[in-house]
Amino acid sequence: MLKLKSIHTKYGNIEALKGIDLNVKEGEIVTIIGGNGAGKTTTLNTISGILKPVAGEIHFLNKDITQWKADKIVAEGLIQVPEGRQVFPNLTVYENLILGAYLQKDKIKVSKKMEYVFDIFPRLKEREKQLGGTLSGGEQQMLAIGRALMAEPVLLLLDEPSLGLAPIVVQNIFKIIQDINKTGTTILIVEQNAHMALSIANRGYVIETGKIVLEDDAKKLLTNDEVRKAYLGG
Amino acid sequence: MDLSFLFNDYVMQVTTNTGINIIMVLGLNLITGVTGQLSLGHAAFMSIGAYSSAILSTSLGAPFIVSLVTGTLTGAIFGAILGIPILRLRGDYLAISTLGFGEIIRVILLNTDLVGGALGIYNIPDSTNIYIVFIAVAFAIFFMYRLEKSRHGMAIKSIREDEIASEMMGINIARYKIISFTIGSGFAALGGTLYAHFMTYINPVDFGFMKSIEQLCMLVLGGMGSIFGAVAGTIVLSTIPEFLRFASEYRMLTYGIVLILMMIFRPQGLFGKIKVNV
Repeated sequence: MLKLKSIHTKYGNIEALKGIDLNVKEGEIVTIIGGNGAGKTTTLNTISGILKPVAGEIHFLNKDITQWKADKIVAEGLIQVPEGRQVFPNLTVYENLILGAYLQKDKIKVSKKMEYVFDIFPRLKEREKQLGGTLSGGEQQMLAIGRALMAEPVLLLLDEPSLGLAPIVVQNIFKIIQDINKTGTTILIVEQNAHMALSIANRGYVIETGKIVLEDDAKKLLTNDEVRKAYLGG
Repeated sequence: MDLSFLFNDYVMQVTTNTGINIIMVLGLNLITGVTGQLSLGHAAFMSIGAYSSAILSTSLGAPFIVSLVTGTLTGAIFGAILGIPILRLRGDYLAISTLGFGEIIRVILLNTDLVGGALGIYNIPDSTNIYIVFIAVAFAIFFMYRLEKSRHGMAIKSIREDEIASEMMGINIARYKIISFTIGSGFAALGGTLYAHFMTYINPVDFGFMKSIEQLCMLVLGGMGSIFGAVAGTIVLSTIPEFLRFASEYRMLTYGIVLILMMIFRPQGLFGKIKVNV
């Protein structure tokens, strides 16, 4: 479904991605784990068109999307949930969700989608008229995911959904991610919380300083000695 | 009760002037308050509207409505032309570029004999009256209100909130920034057109940097991103100087103090709900 072929991305003169090869198959949960500055977020931003790679190819649903603009990529159903729960702080929960469905002009479909999101996150329904910036960390993450679901993703990119959240909230969020996957949405998730990510994923990639150093079934990665030492605390 | 004072020339003049300012500040509110793009060159678009319409009305003897529409459109077109390159910039860089553009326009007007140079243009027909300004203000408020409530308005607001997240929602942020800048500049030009035909005399000094800052102050005082705030802020700052005439020399000082107090005690403006980081 998604295929990256030796993707190189630069910030000015600094090469952040030095040839990333990666593929995601339909229905999977795939995770990319790695430390700070390894290139996890850069990889996602390159896929979603926020950054442009200097070399390499990205294919999504058999189309070459390498040079596409971000808004066109969203229209294809490749939706990213940004890092750090970037919700729109001065807009209400309702408005945030509506913006998620920005490309959907059919109002009936939008309201159906909203019901679906409120089904998954009843908390958002309670806070419908509250400003996004006044929600708690966990609720903001729910809103960010809910907003992305409004766009009807075929492939959902999640950028560190566990960032800055209490362990119990993280578990809840990951449970919901699994549920979303069960409804047929493919998921690519980038995480520092390697244990949590690998425990729900089918496959995993390990990224270090802009390169994929390891690729395997998630279960095998969980028991891999190197991974345990580097990311799972021995 | 004697209400005839409401209709004397002086009050009429202040009211008309306030109305014209409201139109321009609403345009600035769209660019800076709603879209979050700080502009320090709003007066430049006002001058483009004023000059282009004044030339039409004087040299070419065009009817007022033609000057009005052409002046407004010229301002909007300049807005689009300037917006395409500079809206790639953010924050300080954008502010400095708009400031630079404002100065360039002023200096060009000052040095072009065709538009009267430092003398400006005089004998412009006094076609602007309070009724026309009323209609224009009502139109501006209605237009801005509808825009903000629309799907496009939501998209524009999301750019102010978070550009990256907005882009991730499939919103073409470059396009919306240019649209907003074009419309905002158009309203500045509409104000400029009405201004020229109200004062009957314009010269480059009227459209300097201080004019842009004055408009920004009105917006900040009222509350960025709020239509009601923009209108209220403009009314307050357009009329306060009139009440302070007795303190003539200290007028600007009082003006400054009001704004400083505002920044300390109510940074979101009188009626604003949000703090805009520009």
